[in-house]
Amino acid sequence: MPHVDQFLDSLERLEVGWTRTPAKELSSALDDVLLSPSIGAPLPFDGLSLEGANVNQQPSPADLESGSTGVTAARMAIASYGSILIQSDTDATEAASLFPDRHVAVLRASDIVPDMPAAFERLGPALRNDAVTTILATGPSATADMGALVKGAHGPMEVHVILVEDR
Amino acid sequence: MPDVSRRTKATKIRRLMEAEGASVAENTQGFNAGRYASVKGLDDYEGLKQRARAIKEDAIERLPELIDQLRTQVEGRGGSVYWADDAADANRYIAEVAGDADRFVKSKSMTSEEIEVNEHLKAQGVEVIETDLGEWVLQVAEEAPSHIVAPAIHKSRESIAALFNERFDPEPPLETAEELTRFAREQLGRLIQGADVGMTGANFITADSGTLALVTSEGNARKTALVPPTHIAVAGIEKIIPTVEDLQPFVELIGRSGTGQDLTSYLSLLTPPVPSPVPDFDRPDEPMEGSERDFHLVLLDNGRTAMRDDPQLRETLYCIRCGACANSCANFQQVGGHAFGGETYSGGIATGWEAGVHGLESAASFNDLCTGCTRCVNACPVNIDIPWINVVVRDRINREEAPSAVNGLVDGLLPNDEPSGVPLARKAIANFDTLARWGSRVAPLANWLARQSPVRWLMDRLAGIDPRRELPTLRSTTLRSWFADRDTVVSDPDVILVPDTYTNYVWTQRGTAAVRALEAVGLSVDLADVGDVGRPALSQGMISTATARAETVSEVLAPHVEANRTIIFVEPTDLAMLKREYAKLLPAAEAERLADASQDVMSVLREQLETSGSSRLSEGKGQRLVYHSHCQQRTLDLESPTVDVLERLGFDVTTTSAECCGMAGSFGYKSEYYELSMRVGEALRDEVQELEGTEATVVASGVSCREQLEAVLDRDVVHPVQLLV
Ligand code: SF4
Repeated sequence: MPHVDQFLDSLERLEVGWTRTPAKELSSALDDVLLSPSIGAPLPFDGLSLEGANVNQQPSPADLESGSTGVTAARMAIASYGSILIQSDTDATEAASLFPDRHVAVLRASDIVPDMPAAFERLGPALRNDAVTTILATGPSATADMGALVKGAHGPMEVHVILVEDR
Repeated sequence: MPDVSRRTKATKIRRLMEAEGASVAENTQGFNAGRYASVKGLDDYEGLKQRARAIKEDAIERLPELIDQLRTQVEGRGGSVYWADDAADANRYIAEVAGDADRFVKSKSMTSEEIEVNEHLKAQGVEVIETDLGEWVLQVAEEAPSHIVAPAIHKSRESIAALFNERFDPEPPLETAEELTRFAREQLGRLIQGADVGMTGANFITADSGTLALVTSEGNARKTALVPPTHIAVAGIEKIIPTVEDLQPFVELIGRSGTGQDLTSYLSLLTPPVPSPVPDFDRPDEPMEGSERDFHLVLLDNGRTAMRDDPQLRETLYCIRCGACANSCANFQQVGGHAFGGETYSGGIATGWEAGVHGLESAASFNDLCTGCTRCVNACPVNIDIPWINVVVRDRINREEAPSAVNGLVDGLLPNDEPSGVPLARKAIANFDTLARWGSRVAPLANWLARQSPVRWLMDRLAGIDPRRELPTLRSTTLRSWFADRDTVVSDPDVILVPDTYTNYVWTQRGTAAVRALEAVGLSVDLADVGDVGRPALSQGMISTATARAETVSEVLAPHVEANRTIIFVEPTDLAMLKREYAKLLPAAEAERLADASQDVMSVLREQLETSGSSRLSEGKGQRLVYHSHCQQRTLDLESPTVDVLERLGFDVTTTSAECCGMAGSFGYKSEYYELSMRVGEALRDEVQELEGTEATVVASGVSCREQLEAVLDRDVVHPVQLLV
């Protein structure tokens, strides 16, 4: 797969964890990184789902607060920066990637693009034609406002990427 | 400026430096170093900046059309767009949308601070909570931001802990940055959950898709846009860019330029209506569904249309508010935005913003702090000539200030084309050449007089020249008279050396050394019949005087340029004047010809050494040097020729990294800024001492740098060319 190594190097730099897995072993890869209770949103990818994992895919507002892990799809990733794209939908994708302390993102290897221009080449039509809302997330949330760099401000303090290699 | 206000200003600056200087310096210098490191990671940094600039130029040019397009996009999908003429208009609309809302939560937005929406809403009985941790700290402390990107950089961890412990009395008391962050997250998390309206700004808005781009790191902007059922975004009209693809250079530049981060944690690209369900925390156990979320975009004019029509202020609208011009500014690094800022904005570009949105008076309160060192110019991701905007606004302020009796008197002595409002101090500085000419004729007397305390007292009172500064010593043998006495007749010289005011009357040794060095590499030299290139006048915002000087200089040098002679400068600030600022003062082709013909003495020596390979210049034999190149010289990328020549001749050279020495022409002489200038100089002193202890020879190209370094180091400083003869 092109760009995978560069992407993983970038994650390393950002201190973002990662797991490489074939599609059929997604559930067990997830099991290794979920801290219960887990919330999330259905994956928008053909043949991939969270069904086998212990994830509440229809969280209530209270669940957002109590969830320790949020599992969502990442629709695209940028190899040079280690960024992932979280696309808002009518499920709890945005909320699940934001409220819990740990965010686990499921990414298909074929969705990795090399760099920012390539990412915007795809985003242009999506935003224009389909009014897409998306977050380009690079590492965990962070702040330096309290006198030193702290990971985990209003958003997650930890991010883990599950890379589905054969998709 | 009257004597009393000079003193008040000096006191204010001193207090700020004591209370906040250390925190501000640590943070801004960290950001600045981060910028240098981070932009190195880009393949084509300059190309990216040029693209960003071109996009902004195009966007501002086509703004009316883009606004229509944006409106169609947003309204077509059910959102509202409101054009607000000014702050009052914007606030009225926001209050109307608020209806009977009890609480607003906000993510950081300078534009919302510009309209003072918090105060307005509070007066209507609405609670407003800033959710950016830095902004929240300031809200709790009831203080103003000291930086446009990192608003609380003037506060240390200890002071934030003390503030929280006193205000909230947590058990156990908070201490570490982690504890403080966690505590703030919990407090604010609860406040966000019960909010009726979320208010954000926008870093960019794309006209083709109606997308708001928000550049953040904490995640509070995401929550602010997600949780409350109503989202209001307030943005200046200049935030609109044509297409989604146009975001790419800005996204890659903004974090690197501002805080030295390759990318910030989050880039939100919100294309309302956002489909995410609105979590209703009043019904915590019911599943989340439905995304009925109101969206209002308030497009703020508040002076921007007039800025767009103003050829000098228009460039300000290209600003993406990254903060680099603040971080790279030696003065800002010591005082922060509480001194170097107006009603809302701070840092170098704040002069343009304040003049445009709040008026000249707000800009006048801090505009002097820009010394024109130009270190921000290359840092700016959209290539804005920030120092020029400061000069233009200074010129406008001069024209507004009331004339005084003393000024009237001096007008006769120091004639120029400026309005009578220009303060005496500015005139004295602008006409240093005239003063030095008189002075050098009676040099011993003039120098003696200038050292007498009643005279210094008077200079302080009338012109604000600080008595603690040693004044330059005028030489009775000027460079010109030395040259004339040599009796060498040069009929067709190879090169022309400009005997600038300082080299001619004060630092004569570097002038004679330059002549000898040029001759040692086989060039015949003559002196130009002109010295003052207009730099002092320009630094005081006296654009017409500077223009008149530029015209004279151009006329005198024209025959030499015609004859293909290189025009050589020893003073970097004068060379920079010809290479950069003349483009604003003279017709384009004329300025370009002059700029192309002008070079600094060390570049010319390097060229000669490269072609001939040998010379009669002195060898360094391993002599250790610490070299502080001039700020404007570095902006023109002209530090390396000097270093190359010195190294080629066997000197062992270390260079400083401080952005500026703090003297910056006349700035360090002014009573109200003397202490700030010394603080900047002391930072440079510490760096010099750290680099080479006390052994190495200290070398500087600029006359101000030399004066400053000699004052803080208490040792002699030489121009590089003096080492070569
Ligand atoms: S003027 Fe340039 S450097 Fe300064 S804040 Fe604006 S974009 Fe950044």
